[in-house]
Amino acid sequence: MTGPDLPADPEPLAEAPPAEVQRAQRRRLLDVWRTPTGWRYWSAVNNSVVGLWYTATAFVFFLFAGVLALAMRLQLAVPGNDLLTAEQYDQFFTMHGTIMMFLFAVPVFEAFSILVLPEMLGARDLPFPRLSAYGYWCYLIGGVFVCGSLFFGAAPNGGWFMYPPLVTRYSEGYGTEIWLLGLSFIEVASIAAAVELLVGILRCRPPGMRIHMIPLYAWYILVVAVMILFAFPPLIAGDLLMELETAFDWPFFDASRGGDPLLWQHLFWIFGHPEVYIVFLPSIALVATMVPTFAKTPMVGYTWVVLSAIGTGFVSFGLWVHHMFTTGLPGISLALFSAASQAIAIPTGVQIFCFVATLLAGRVQLAVPMLFVLGGLSTFVIGGLTGVMVALVPFDLQAHDTYFVVGHLHSVLIGGTIFPVVGAFYYFFPLVDGKHLSERLGRIAFWLMLVGFNVAFVPMHFTGLLGMQRRVYTYDPDTAVAALNLVSTGGAFVLAAGIAVFVVDVLRPKGRQPLSARNPWGAGGLEWLGEMPDQPWGVRSIPEIDGRYPLWDQPHLVRDVDEGRFYLPDAEEGLRETLLTSPVDATPDQVQRVAGPTFLTHLAALGTGGLFILSTFHLWVPAVISGVLGGVAVLVWLWTGTAHLPARDDKDVGLGLTLPTYVSGPSSVGWWAMLIAMLGDLTAYAGLVFGYFFYWTVDEGFPPLDQPDPTVRWALGAGALAATAWGGTWAAVHLNRADRGAAFHGALLGGVAAAGACCWVLVAGIDALGADPTAHVYPAIIWARVIWTVALLAVGVVMQLYARRAARRAG
Amino acid sequence: MLRTLLPILCFAACHGPRSALDPAGADAERILWLFVAMAVGAVAIWLFVVGLAVHATLTQRTLEPARARNLVIGGGTLLPTVVLSVLLVGGLAQMPALLDPGPADGLRVLVSAEQFWWRIGYRTPDGRVIATANELRLPVGPRTRVELTSADVVHSFWIPSLAGKMDAIPGRTNRLGLQPLREAELEGVCAEFCGPSHAHMGFAVVTLAPEAFEAWLQAQAAAAAPAALASPGRDRFLRTGCGACHTVRGTPADGVLGPDLTHVGSRRTLAGGVLPNDVPGFRAFLADPRRHKPGVGMPGFAGLPDADLDVLATWLESLQ
Repeated sequence: MTGPDLPADPEPLAEAPPAEVQRAQRRRLLDVWRTPTGWRYWSAVNNSVVGLWYTATAFVFFLFAGVLALAMRLQLAVPGNDLLTAEQYDQFFTMHGTIMMFLFAVPVFEAFSILVLPEMLGARDLPFPRLSAYGYWCYLIGGVFVCGSLFFGAAPNGGWFMYPPLVTRYSEGYGTEIWLLGLSFIEVASIAAAVELLVGILRCRPPGMRIHMIPLYAWYILVVAVMILFAFPPLIAGDLLMELETAFDWPFFDASRGGDPLLWQHLFWIFGHPEVYIVFLPSIALVATMVPTFAKTPMVGYTWVVLSAIGTGFVSFGLWVHHMFTTGLPGISLALFSAASQAIAIPTGVQIFCFVATLLAGRVQLAVPMLFVLGGLSTFVIGGLTGVMVALVPFDLQAHDTYFVVGHLHSVLIGGTIFPVVGAFYYFFPLVDGKHLSERLGRIAFWLMLVGFNVAFVPMHFTGLLGMQRRVYTYDPDTAVAALNLVSTGGAFVLAAGIAVFVVDVLRPKGRQPLSARNPWGAGGLEWLGEMPDQPWGVRSIPEIDGRYPLWDQPHLVRDVDEGRFYLPDAEEGLRETLLTSPVDATPDQVQRVAGPTFLTHLAALGTGGLFILSTFHLWVPAVISGVLGGVAVLVWLWTGTAHLPARDDKDVGLGLTLPTYVSGPSSVGWWAMLIAMLGDLTAYAGLVFGYFFYWTVDEGFPPLDQPDPTVRWALGAGALAATAWGGTWAAVHLNRADRGAAFHGALLGGVAAAGACCWVLVAGIDALGADPTAHVYPAIIWARVIWTVALLAVGVVMQLYARRAARRAG
Repeated sequence: MLRTLLPILCFAACHGPRSALDPAGADAERILWLFVAMAVGAVAIWLFVVGLAVHATLTQRTLEPARARNLVIGGGTLLPTVVLSVLLVGGLAQMPALLDPGPADGLRVLVSAEQFWWRIGYRTPDGRVIATANELRLPVGPRTRVELTSADVVHSFWIPSLAGKMDAIPGRTNRLGLQPLREAELEGVCAEFCGPSHAHMGFAVVTLAPEAFEAWLQAQAAAAAPAALASPGRDRFLRTGCGACHTVRGTPADGVLGPDLTHVGSRRTLAGGVLPNDVPGFRAFLADPRRHKPGVGMPGFAGLPDADLDVLATWLESLQ
């Protein structure tokens, strides 16, 4: 939609509504958006509340993993130390990496985004607030479960990368399964948040915020959410294979029965390398948000930054083999992945130079957040340069799995993530709490962290080159590395002291401290429309946007928004509403009713959690019961929350615009979310297919002649039935639109029957062959694909029956 | 500042039996030069970028947008493209030499990594395999092929002073060429996390003049010395059942679960570098192996009378 079809750029109301009207509007908005109090507080689903819990929880996990790191540094302070046993040390380093990556780095960006993204987009909330809440409770339950195992001495101890066969056949206890199932559970939450953020950025922007005006933060989150969608599913597929091996002895990674331990390494690093950028890009997004504010000038090279972020996202999927340079792969593979790994330095360089150019283009105010930006930059550049070094195969052959890499990765992650995140705390704190953090404590924390980091991690590069390998709980007294290790331990404690000062600053009572001024940093982004302290409604009225920095570009914006001169200034029907716009041009096209507080999300999360946690201990029957209860909770939540037809078809949203309140098909947010979720699911299935072809490629004897072979008839028959099931659904959609009720029900039930028959053919066919999944990897990988397909068909059947029931209710 | 000073400070401490900065092999030397070149470049780039950022923050002058854009193009795209291209060409050019596994028809070293020790066999061109463990000796001069596999979990074979590392993976055989340039006593380690005693999976590496190496190999090929075979320690060893897991050539002990002990007394260290190779070392390990090496497969023999432990330790140490 361009050119003459578009309405002229709407302007806010020329006259403010009368004061009593404004007061009534504010009261109604507040009634609708008010956060529940008392014990019902915990039923809140609004982004500002859930985002806060999410951020606080992620930070608690961060501090916990940091304490584990300090214990490890104490153990390594002197050679031959016996503070920790080998077993304890192994659990500690496994949990340190696992918590930092899965329970802190990814969740904290999702938390931050849930908290501030709607404000940046001038939206009242994200489109699926209950999904955010569900994700949060899954994350909390899963995180407590995984961390809790440490207190029983039962934590995973095979490293955060969990290489088989060490963790599958050479370790005792529940650690491996706690890792696999606990983290799969949390990954589900991460994917839920990715869906939420993607749909939020594509559809919840304010009118006029076209695709080239999106705040850079939102661009980065868009890229990262897409990356999560394609990076996490292969790991979930790998988790499934490893769980089947650990619990049922299916030999996916057992070389003696046709399996291959390298398949796990591939699946893990196909996830693991994009993961680094999933962690890093959101923090760079924070830098890209803060730099223009403190330089008081728009970002230089906005388009360059966006393209670089997208490029980084793409290329990051082609680098995973650089974690496997020493596994004996052919030289040509090594050279290709080496070149790709170096190439990613170019988009990263572009982003850094755009930030530097922006600083040069403006006069910089060196406030605490800016200090952290600079400190993070200087640290991250160390990590980037050592990253280029280890990306070069010859050097990596020496540096791989040594303390050089420990130094490298912490430069990247602490410089690229921790410094910007702490800086962002200082930046955004007034928006959340209405008060500033202390400038003085901030500076102390910054210098302690910067000095501590460098003293702790720069020497590690030499520790590694002097021959200290990673993941050793102790080292010989006569090695040259003892002094370097002692220095590193000292530095780690200085770094920890800096973080402690920061935590004290956050937690100290601020009762008598005056409220912050509105938009205290003089920023240009919509999030700074927030009043001090902020109101729960997100934005008083949803503005029409004319530029990338609306608060700089539109002089009366704050006044116009506050006086309700823009869209949706009221909540006449007592419903939570936000505006949906088109994905590219952000033309308004719908009023979205979003769900309010509920405890159903807790039940759903508990049920899902039970499925994963009880499975860890092989309590299969209770696990399945719990999973079914969780599924029922989800259905009730949908049934009571979304299946209603609105009382009115459309609504006047202000400024002479009337929009529908209910749509279906590609213009609804549900359609987008479903599409995105299915892409993730497809990727996981592709992971299993990759496994099949991986065995076929590396092993000339695959498929083996002595294993039963499924027939072509079986595959074609099942395929035909699945196609019929799909055809039934497709027909039902069209018959429903044509309002042909009986035929609609017939098509839907026919689809259900075909799906059921397909499941039966798949399972019975392979079972009749006598294919034993414990005998060889060939029957095992076929069984795994059958299980996945049957599970998908079962979900499809539930959805079809739900749709039929909903259609009945609608009449 | 720290980054420029450290290499100088470190210089005195760079030497050592396990230092990649003190090469004794052709591959380690190639890689060291690459590292030095990259480190110098990295320090220069770091100073430039961070200096520019600090200048940009502190300066009161502002840059016009057009010149700022030139900076992005020059610094963000041209500079890294040129630097990385040079680096890639220079670096990857080293790969054929580094990945050369050495001649297939000469002496080959078969290494099997096991929790938490190294089973080593020298396969001579005439097809014999001479078994030893936890100690690798190599001739100075020629490139020797090492064939790596694993009996249990993934390990990684690394001698920092000689070459880069190579993983030992169950079900696969990886090849690595080693080319010592000088005689030296070095150390190797397991670099891939492999379980509780990952820290204790070291091995001794000795590079010898070709004649000395040949003499050593012949000595290793022989059965245990007649004097040792006549000793009461032999009977104690056999009656305790040690032969179920260990081989001592020249005796009925022919177990293959644990290391070949035929010449264990001649090795530089004990149990993968955990203990000195002397009588007290043997005694300590025999009595409680897991105290020195958590998770190791060998059971403890603390239940044996002290006198028996002494006899066993003395005898094992005598297997030169």
